[in-house]
Amino acid sequence: MKPTDITNPDYFHKVVDCQLACPAHTPVPEYIRLIADGKYSDAYMVNWESNVFPGVLGRTCDRPCEPACRRGRVDEEPVAICRLKRVAADNKDDVRALMPMAPFKKNGKRVACIGAGPASLAVARDLLPQGYHVVIYEADPFAGGMMRTQIPKFRLPESVLDEEVGYITALEPELRLGQRIESMKSLLDEDYDAIFVGTGAPRGRELELPGRQEAGANIHIGIDWLSSVSFGHTTSIGRRVIVLGGGNTAMDCCRTSRRLGGDEVRVIVRSGYDEMKASPWEKEDARHEGIPIFNFLVPKEFTHVPGANGTPRLTGVTFEKVKAERDAKGRRTLVPTGEPDEWVAADDVLVAVGQENSFPWIERDCGIEFDRWGMPVVDEKTLKSSHPRVFFGGDAAFGPKNIIWAVAHGHEAAVSIDKLCHDEDLQIRPAPGVAVSSQKMGIHEWSYDNDISAEDRHKVPHRDPKLTLRDIKMEVELGFDLKAGLAEAQRCLNCDVQTVFSTNLCIECDACLDICPTDTINFVPNADEADLRARLRIPAINLTQDLYVSEPLKTSRVMIKDEDVCLHCGLCAERCPTGAWDMQKYLISITHAGPACRVAK
Amino acid sequence: MTYIAKPQFHHPGLPKNALGYTRRDYEGAVSTLCAGCGHDSISAAIIQACFDLDIQPHRVAKLSGIGCSSKTPAYFLGNSHGFNTVHGRMPSVLTGANLANRELVYLGVSGDGDSASIGIGQFVHAIRRGVNMVYIVENNGVYGLTKGQFSATADKGSKSKKGASNADTPIDLVMLAMELGATYVARSFSGDKEQLVPLIKGAIAHRGAAFIDVVSPCVAFNNHPGSTKSYDYVRAHNEAVNSLDIISPREEITARYPAGTAAMVTLHDGSQMLLKKLAEDYEPRDKIAAMQFLMKHSAAGQVVTGLLYAEDDSDDLHEHIGTVLAPLNTLGDAELCPGSRALAGINAGLR
Repeated sequence: MKPTDITNPDYFHKVVDCQLACPAHTPVPEYIRLIADGKYSDAYMVNWESNVFPGVLGRTCDRPCEPACRRGRVDEEPVAICRLKRVAADNKDDVRALMPMAPFKKNGKRVACIGAGPASLAVARDLLPQGYHVVIYEADPFAGGMMRTQIPKFRLPESVLDEEVGYITALEPELRLGQRIESMKSLLDEDYDAIFVGTGAPRGRELELPGRQEAGANIHIGIDWLSSVSFGHTTSIGRRVIVLGGGNTAMDCCRTSRRLGGDEVRVIVRSGYDEMKASPWEKEDARHEGIPIFNFLVPKEFTHVPGANGTPRLTGVTFEKVKAERDAKGRRTLVPTGEPDEWVAADDVLVAVGQENSFPWIERDCGIEFDRWGMPVVDEKTLKSSHPRVFFGGDAAFGPKNIIWAVAHGHEAAVSIDKLCHDEDLQIRPAPGVAVSSQKMGIHEWSYDNDISAEDRHKVPHRDPKLTLRDIKMEVELGFDLKAGLAEAQRCLNCDVQTVFSTNLCIECDACLDICPTDTINFVPNADEADLRARLRIPAINLTQDLYVSEPLKTSRVMIKDEDVCLHCGLCAERCPTGAWDMQKYLISITHAGPACRVAK
Repeated sequence: MTYIAKPQFHHPGLPKNALGYTRRDYEGAVSTLCAGCGHDSISAAIIQACFDLDIQPHRVAKLSGIGCSSKTPAYFLGNSHGFNTVHGRMPSVLTGANLANRELVYLGVSGDGDSASIGIGQFVHAIRRGVNMVYIVENNGVYGLTKGQFSATADKGSKSKKGASNADTPIDLVMLAMELGATYVARSFSGDKEQLVPLIKGAIAHRGAAFIDVVSPCVAFNNHPGSTKSYDYVRAHNEAVNSLDIISPREEITARYPAGTAAMVTLHDGSQMLLKKLAEDYEPRDKIAAMQFLMKHSAAGQVVTGLLYAEDDSDDLHEHIGTVLAPLNTLGDAELCPGSRALAGINAGLR
């Protein structure tokens, strides 16, 4: 193998699994260390720069970072990264002074953002301080998008959302609330230098079954119903409720129903429990509130009887029982078990079987190309559509994902818009910023806490369901208190403090190899990667993790470090007599819109 | 030294031995020796050897004297019996312990100061009596704990860190051990675990006095140009005469060697010792030839390593003096106090 090029920021970025997994590449270990230091405002700002909505995401994020967390590969559970974000948000001081302060010197460029959800707000946050005039159009009377309309307030208090949306509106965008864009063509005719579409996936998928039309008065589309609850239009639901669907929207629907009068709320899902799309913790929270989840039941028919005033009244839903089998090609399919159908009584049914995009307001001849599924053709890197001035992001770009993806799209689209407005090639993307600093303070002292906490993952305390089920606005999760937050922060392995090896200093004494608690270090004759992986002290079978390869040593062997389960404890560097190992923090930050993202001229 | 304890987390793929232990279960406390000390590598080799041989930690007694080397038993086999003796007196305490309980594995760990200077009288007698033990000398040629004066094993003409030259003749512990009748004699290098681990395993499996001289660079006081016990010097002058592979009874023997290049020896515990020749003219069962070879190469400044001498059918002190087969602590009143008739018999035999 060739020696590893650690000057390429991608190499050590891959080692920080959580940061790499985060779509917005939030420097997770950096903010966790700040939390451990009690510097909550600084921890918040590290987050704010990367993911724009730390308080919101600290409660609602889909947390792609946690399954990636290295701790999960050596301990039973990963670090509770998401809820630590909330610790920073809950305990910070007034951070407004740390943020860019309007008014900004205008650069004369005008950008329209359609929809005031997380994607558009991220675009605005990045572009406003650069002097852009950003106009945000929003059909609803409030900014926030799906964060406001679809996430129940018992998961995300309105005050948290208001605060973080407020940080962006304080940057003085031109907010046009209650103004729905009906025609892309006419918007294109206005003098915008760029248009960003962040309209989400606003249409809930329909379930066309017998009885759907007749009993329609008591059958609701999940996201529309949640939005109606959010705005206070809907305040009650029947006693017996069936929620159809197994995603996070279904979980929000069932838990909201429990708070609006649903005593017998059931979630009924086609697939098995483990295959449900909802995050495991959301399923757990629903069950915690006494909501049973039934699996392998496919809805067949909405049953109804004639009602008092002549219109049919919903009585329940009939389900076919199925089981999972693998077909000839090895794919999982659901096949009927042959058992009799099951009928479940219900007063109301919430349909949460998916979301779709909808662009009735974009004329198909305005220069924006759509594919055969009705989705705009969007470049994944630049977020540019086939129209040179129109960009898409969030759910509007590639279908329903989650908030953190919307923010990540927002950042990239803002970079593209900034480059477009400076006549630059959008395809040439800026490299991330890298700040390298040795952590050595003394012979065995490091400026990070290298002692590894052996504690298990801490549980986030919940409020008593007796209270939370009575008040739809009462937040269920209490968040970590300072003590638990500190203890959880100590579980972080500091994967951004990298083990950096200097071949010319090594005397091959084996001290690092002997002390390494996870047997990551090897001194072996060089070979090709597959051969090396098999020959290490413990074979490196996790192919997603790189091998760190040194230059040839005096004995013509090479040092090979398997990055997979390195604890970043620094013991290799402590036991190294010559300083051939050093612990160096590689703080990688994604370049956002502004002069840094442009090609130096 | 290191301030934090070694984290308990280990690699999920860390293998377990027949007892269900991982290698980590054979570790001790974190070393307080200087970073890069060769002794730490020897500790790691002992850990690996005990793991490989499925040794129950509580069936090992590790004994040592005074010095950097003699601190190391704290850093391996944390669940074994330990005895830190007076300077140079480890061999006597080990002999006594061995006589009292012959069923344990005895690991004597010492240094060049402990064994070649203050304790040389103890060392020679434990070897010549054939005590069943593994005697490891962690040999760095200097007194590390007192800042690097030459020890009795420092080569003539080698330079101290300050530049002084050693005028005294060195004691070659390997030659001494062979002359005194050790039945398993090896030399190795702390920087070469591939060689060292099988040598320790062979020594544990061997019955009788097994002696291993391990050249172990003192990173703080004896790892400079002019030293003959530095990492660079030993690597440049290492003359390995053979390589050893210990195959436990439950393992399958997979490697094949052309006739004449490898010898298979069955050990007392049923394991096989596969000895592969590296030097054509070296025969580890011919003591006189071996000693000649060693003297010749040592005069040429070479460090001969490998299994230097092994006696096939060795015995030990217990056989020499005909002791009881059971450990003394398992003997009951009936065995210890056989009664007046037995006493009368003994007395009659002495008349």
